Order: sequence, then structure tokens, then C-alpha cells
Amino acid sequence: MRAIEMIVDGATVRREVDPRLLLVHLLTDSLDRTGVNVGCDSSNCGACTVLLDGRSVKSCTVLAVQADGHEVTTVRGIAEEGDWHPLQTAFRNCHALQCGYCTPGMIMAAKDLLDAVPDPTDEQIREGLEGNLCRCTGYAPIVAAVREAADDLAAQRQG
Amino acid sequence: MFPAPFAYERAEDVDHVIALLHEHGDEAKVLAGGQSLLPLMKFRLATPAVVIDLGHLEHLHAVAARGGRVAVGAAATHQAVIDSPLLRERCGALAEVVRRIGDPQVRHRGTFGGALAHGDAAGDLPALARALDAEFVLASQKRRRRVAAADFFTGHLQTVLADDEVVLRVEVPDLTGWSFAYEKFAPVSHAWAVVGVVALVRRDGNRIADVRIGLTHMGDVPLRATAAEAALRGAEAGVEAVRSAAALAGRDTSPPSDDNADATYRRHLARVLTARALGRALDLTVPNLETM
Ligand SMILES: Cc1cc2nc3c(=O)[nH]c(=O)nc-3n(C[C@H](O)[C@H](O)[C@H](O)COP(=O)(O)OP(=O)(O)OC[C@H]3O[C@@H](n4cnc5c(N)ncnc54)[C@H](O)[C@@H]3O)c2cc1C
Ligand code: FES
Ligand code: FES
Repeated sequence: MRAIEMIVDGATVRREVDPRLLLVHLLTDSLDRTGVNVGCDSSNCGACTVLLDGRSVKSCTVLAVQADGHEVTTVRGIAEEGDWHPLQTAFRNCHALQCGYCTPGMIMAAKDLLDAVPDPTDEQIREGLEGNLCRCTGYAPIVAAVREAADDLAAQRQG
Repeated sequence: MFPAPFAYERAEDVDHVIALLHEHGDEAKVLAGGQSLLPLMKFRLATPAVVIDLGHLEHLHAVAARGGRVAVGAAATHQAVIDSPLLRERCGALAEVVRRIGDPQVRHRGTFGGALAHGDAAGDLPALARALDAEFVLASQKRRRRVAAADFFTGHLQTVLADDEVVLRVEVPDLTGWSFAYEKFAPVSHAWAVVGVVALVRRDGNRIADVRIGLTHMGDVPLRATAAEAALRGAEAGVEAVRSAAALAGRDTSPPSDDNADATYRRHLARVLTARALGRALDLTVPNLETM
């Protein structure tokens, strides 16, 4: 076992973990982050996407011990005191989900994109989401939602 | 899926990595970004007894100028390579190729040295390293050595790396003033290359002064399109030269046949993609590529 300490959604977390524990299992089984999903479990679908020090990663392909000393953000961490993040609102407005299984990963991948490229083209949105698969909605509403969220965030910044 | 149990060692510095590798030899695996090793361990295709994590070695993450070349630390992430201002200025071909690897999540974790040490025949970086004549700096308890890209890869998933050796950095030349393009053919955007072609060109007025063409997945190891390169050196930088050189791109290759493509189709792709890559690097419109 190995002692680890990290910040998850703003709060410090300390645990003793087996080195082979994957970050995704720490988040779901031990920290009750139900918004982190296991889809393929083989680093292909992106359903398990979270931010590690602000950048998107597939948490099924990161060991919990590798996140030791770092900061993890899940979809739960982006809604401030019950207020949805503009990406969450836009996904609902644009009907960018059906079963919702891919949605938290999509939103975290989109957050990574918008943090780096605040005003992306549709092409950049598609490329930014290339690591995330959706098996039921179709990508057009998802791209539209990211576009809407980008516009909302830009409006917020202008105040 | 869980990896099989292993002992976890976090390397504090390079000497520590080397000492751990010396102690554990073929029982141990170095963990860089984990984007190849962890999936293998989850499928139990790799079951190392000891995992040595390079994640905390700042020293191995650096990208720095070094004696007229650029040294890319083995543990620099793909994203760090894309973002490096130094590389953008002196060897922009790196970002051009690296941004085609996998997807953003993979690029945020995966590393330059890890992708090369993994030695996948379909990987995008080995052909780039070949085209650049990159040099690998390797270290073990016994020695440090430099290995040219042409000698580093020995087969699919095989390199000259010994069990107790670690890649410290990879040195690439200063190619300021060269133009370049990477053309990758893959079934979907975040997939591995069926075939990839990287072309680097230095122009002198209307002539092609020098050229390097690297081929991905046209054999067990990355190749250079030497016949095409020879045809282009000194030629006029025009559509004719590109077309006739590209026609030679499949020469002396031994492409695999698999579910994605057979060897004949891969040779065809090598020709088409070479014409496209050269066309883009030279800013030419090359017509009728597909009929070559
Ligand atoms: C979904 C997905 C898509 C991908 N698509 C592509 C693609 O399109 N093109 C492509 O080229 N790659 C692709 N990759 C692989 C990616 O580039 C990996 O980052 C790379 O293959 C391995 O780098 P890593 O840092 O993650 O290494 P790890 O997985 O940590 O290690 C890989 C191997 O290299 C060894 N190793 C690592 N670092 C060193 C070192 N410094 N010295 C000695 N040995 C070392 C390890 O022991 C291990 O055997 C993809 C991966 C995934 C998960
Ligand atoms: S569950 Fe991690 S990528 Fe699919
Ligand atoms: S909404 Fe069902 S997989 Fe995307």
C-alpha cells in the first residue's frame, strides 16, 4: 500500500492505496464520484475523462499513485454551489445527450478545449473531442452545445 | 480491469532510475505516460514485478537547446512538444507529427521518449525520428551511449534498449528554414496510422536543396524513402519532380498485411501520401495523385 494525497474537486483527499488501483476506481468506488464513468476500460471511449492539473486525461489509464500530489477535477467540481457550468446548461439546451453515459467525459474534454481555445471553430471542437465516443446522440448536437457554451463563457467574460 | 500486482517505485532522479533498473533488470518496467504500458498491464499482456515511475523527474521533462540541436527529454509529454516555442522555431516538424497522435487525453499523458521506446511499427514518432536522424541518449549502470535512430528500432515493439537501460533524451537537429508536412492515413481520427509519411524539405530558390522522407508502418521498423529522396535532391521544386519521386516511395519497403490494409494497398498509400506531403511542404498543388 502507498499513501497518497491529492486535491479532488477542491478538497484534499488522503488515502492508502494499492499501487495498481486506477484513478477511475479511486474516484468512483472510494470517493463516490458517480459522474466518472467506465465505458471501454481500454482508453478508447473517453467516458472516464477528468482533468489532471487542468488537462484532460482518461482516468482508466492513469494509476491513482500517478495522481499523488496533483489536482483532479471531475464533472462534479465544475458546478459552483449548485449552479451549472455553462457547458452543462448548453448540453441540456442543445439536446446533446440521450443516455448520458458519455456526457461527463464529453463535458470535461470540452472544458479542457475551451480553457485552451476559448473561441474554437467547429473543426477545432470536433478535433478537441476526438477522444470521446458517443454511441447514441450523434455528434452534431454535442458540437452545437460546445459552441453555445463557448459563446456563453465569452459573454460572461465581457461581463 | 486491474493490472496484476506490482511493487511501485517512484524515481527521485536519473541515478535512482538507473540503480532500480540495475537491481530489477527484466522484472522491472519504466512507467512514463502509461498510455501504452497501462493498457498492456490491464490486459495482462505485461506483468512487471516492479514499476518505476518517471513522472516526477522534472529533469527528463525538459526541452532545451544543446550544442546546435534540440534535446527533448524522454518524459516530455506529447502536449509539451506541441507547445514548445523552441521546437516551433527550430524543428516544427515535431509538432506537425505529434499533434496527429491519438487524441488530446493521450497527448496530455503520453511522452516523446515513451512512444519511441515502445517502438510500435504503427507509431507516428519512429518514422519522424528516422527522417530527422535523431540521436537517442541511453543510460544504464554500466554505460551511457548514443544510438542513431537508424539503429534504434529492431522490429515491431522491439528496440536496442537493454532491460536495464533508460532513454534520457532524444536529440533532433536544428531545421530552421525547412518546410515539412505529415500525412497520416487512419480509419478514424484518433487511430493509429495505416501508413504515414513525413516529408521535410529545404529549398534553395527554385531547387530542392535537401529532403528527408520518413515512412510509418511500411515495415517492422520505420523507413526512409531513399529512392524518392535521391530523385528529389537538386531537382526543380515543381509538380513533375514530386510526382516522379512519389512514384518511388514504395521501393525497398516491406509493409505488413493486416485487417486495415494489405501490402499492395500500403505501397499505394505510401505513394499517394508522399505526393501529398511533398506537395504541402512545397506549397504546390499536385493533381491526380490517386491515379499514380
Ligand atoms: C487511445 C490511444 C491512441 C493512441 N494513438 C496513437 C497514435 O495514433 N500514434 C502513436 O504514435 N501513438 C499512439 N498512442 C500511443 C501513445 O503515443 C503513447 O504515449 C506511447 O506509445 C507511449 O508513451 P508513454 O509515455 O505513454 O509510455 P508508457 O506507456 O509509460 O511506456 C511504454 C513503453 O516504453 C517504455 N518506456 C517509456 N519511457 C521510457 C524511457 N524513458 N526509457 C526506456 N523505456 C521507456 C515503458 O517501459 C514501456 O515498455 C495511442 C495511445 C492510446 C491509449
Ligand atoms: S473507460 Fe476510459 S477511455 Fe473508455
Ligand atoms: S448520450 Fe449515450 S453515449 Fe452519448
